[in-house]
Amino acid sequence: MTFELETAANPEGLKRVVIEPVSRVEGHGKVTLLLDDDNRVHQARFHIVEFRGFEKFIQGRPYWEVPVIVQRLCGICPVSHNLGAAKAMDMIVGAQLTPSAEKLRRLMHLGQVLQSHALHFYYLASPDLLFGFDSDVAKRNIVGVAAAYPDVARQGVALRKYGQEVIRLTSGKRIHGTGAIPGGVNKNLSMEERDSLLKDIDQMIAWSRDAVELIKKIYCDRPDFYNGFGYFKSCFMSLVRDDGALDLYHGGLRARDEHGQAIFDHLDYSHYWDYVHEEVKSWSYMKFPFIRSRGREEGWYRVGPLARINNCDFIPTPLAETERKVFKAFGGGSATQATLAYHWARMIEMLHCAEGIQELLHDNDLLGSDLVNRGERALRGVGVIEAPRGTLIHHYRINEDELIVRANLIVSTTHNNHAMNEAVRQVALQYLDGQQLTEGLLNHIEVAIRAFDPCLSCATHAVGKMPLEVELVDAGGNVIDRLNKNSDGRCDA
Amino acid sequence: MSKTITIDGLAVPFQEGQTIMDAALVSGVYIPHLCHNPEFKPHGSCKLCTVNVNGRNVASCTMPAVEGQQVLSDIAELNADRLALTQMLFVEGNHLCPACEKTGNCQLQAVAYYLGMMSPHYNHFYPQREADASHPDVMLDRNRCIYCELCVRASREVDGKNVFGLSGRGIKTLLVVNSASGLLGDTDLAVTDKAAHVCPTGAILIKRHGYAVPIGQRVFDHITIKEVQTGGSDE
Repeated sequence: MTFELETAANPEGLKRVVIEPVSRVEGHGKVTLLLDDDNRVHQARFHIVEFRGFEKFIQGRPYWEVPVIVQRLCGICPVSHNLGAAKAMDMIVGAQLTPSAEKLRRLMHLGQVLQSHALHFYYLASPDLLFGFDSDVAKRNIVGVAAAYPDVARQGVALRKYGQEVIRLTSGKRIHGTGAIPGGVNKNLSMEERDSLLKDIDQMIAWSRDAVELIKKIYCDRPDFYNGFGYFKSCFMSLVRDDGALDLYHGGLRARDEHGQAIFDHLDYSHYWDYVHEEVKSWSYMKFPFIRSRGREEGWYRVGPLARINNCDFIPTPLAETERKVFKAFGGGSATQATLAYHWARMIEMLHCAEGIQELLHDNDLLGSDLVNRGERALRGVGVIEAPRGTLIHHYRINEDELIVRANLIVSTTHNNHAMNEAVRQVALQYLDGQQLTEGLLNHIEVAIRAFDPCLSCATHAVGKMPLEVELVDAGGNVIDRLNKNSDGRCDA
Repeated sequence: MSKTITIDGLAVPFQEGQTIMDAALVSGVYIPHLCHNPEFKPHGSCKLCTVNVNGRNVASCTMPAVEGQQVLSDIAELNADRLALTQMLFVEGNHLCPACEKTGNCQLQAVAYYLGMMSPHYNHFYPQREADASHPDVMLDRNRCIYCELCVRASREVDGKNVFGLSGRGIKTLLVVNSASGLLGDTDLAVTDKAAHVCPTGAILIKRHGYAVPIGQRVFDHITIKEVQTGGSDE
């Protein structure tokens, strides 16, 4: 581990290098590096520089409004927030979901994860993976991918479009719909809607298989590089189904340590705070969760596709399960710890989503009309779901007037906060330590961050146009070198 | 032979005692309005329905129709005023449409769409207003109140209860309720009362019903407020 690089012993007099903003991620973040005169790295941090405040400003709002408000946290994964909050509100209204309601929600969520994974792999990550981390920055974007690999880019766009269409038909809108409500959903699928989705699902499965093959080939062509890039060991946490299967919508919490040993398993998430705590650090707006039994230093963990594929005992769809076995065999049968293995795991999950959508579309419960249930009201609700980027916790308390009095959200990227910082420190040591900095070298740090697909807030739509400014400041505070990446991708000194 | 007025060049018949608004609505002529509801006595407060009658601007919901009136309504100058009034209503309150459960069913939002409102234009006031959820079945969210007094009129004229009233003046006007504690839960409002169902915005809501109607099936999802309120087409 590289804890010693989190805070330099003597920051005075060190050069400060800033990557701001980190591009091709959702939201706004920056990386700061403190280097000495020989460019040796003394401190490396990934900061989240935006402040949202949702937990505060939903206080005083009625509980049934919350699933719709909180999905505005994000434009990429709003369904996950909508469903996470709706699951918490199911507890508050005392509802046991009807089969139709649960399957419609599951369909919506599979569409969500499918489109989000497609967005990340094709739009955000593939430029690095297809062209190289330090390739021509002018081409290292989705437009460059579309020019060099038009079929790959087209498939990415079509997969995302399909996932968005699943969301639209289950929630009313492609982004920020209103499908999930406390105790159920507000619409079913008509036969026409169901058939329109069935028409293209075989193609989506085929393209998802191609995506798995593509990342597998990229990875296996240079296994030592991909395994070693930003490598570190950690615990993993995710939901799993009662029988240990991968389940993105519901299950118990499973955490395993870096040796694959269980820390907890099939945990009822409604008391998550007995097992997961959060630490605050002064230099980031994002908290640092940790597993309570292992303490602050040893209790950090990773969530998301890599954690889920490592943690589950099997995937309940055949093609994805076959690929999971290949993935596991590649890792020697134990949990794969490589940072860039996130991409591979993510595409296996995308295949699972496509298969899962197909399976659900043949279930007539989607056409059912028994959509909402209510039971005995409670004053507290916890909803946990596996969002595209990992475990998402929504926790609310209401008063007797049914208004929110307290909210706590631990979003996927927050769980990964420590791990992303660890990846940044590892890459800084591996590739930047003692080197003359270049844009390509700095992009290595961004590549490590992107592997986690961090969602730093709502979506940024400025793909490929994010400006980047790097300054080298000497011990006296004087700028001695500056590198700018303009919004058109050109670099100048 | 019935008497007529002319609205934007169209002959509109009316009965004695009708206002210009009454005559227009019966004939399928839409004059944008918010505080007016044909079920209640005219109020004349929102001024959106201002028309020009024989050269003079008047509220069409309170102005009696008189034989031979030449009324101008759908003209650029008046529509610009209506847009400005609507924008001012938006910035005076806290109308957060993306998260409001009345979205798609809200007359304020529908009028804004009808008038082509693309932005609030004016600086938001962001007033501090309280939500009152003390009633078991009805919620009062003052953030969205536009002071049309439809709830006041409904409670007084239909329910016979006087639950609601306006307090204060000007920008400090506030919707208040008739109970010693000032809480809705301590009034005699019933969920079946007309006053609980008449709000044109999301200020008075029936609890636990938010978002039950899916997108695509809400009142204004596919047709404009003109079509809803006149039964005609949006031509």
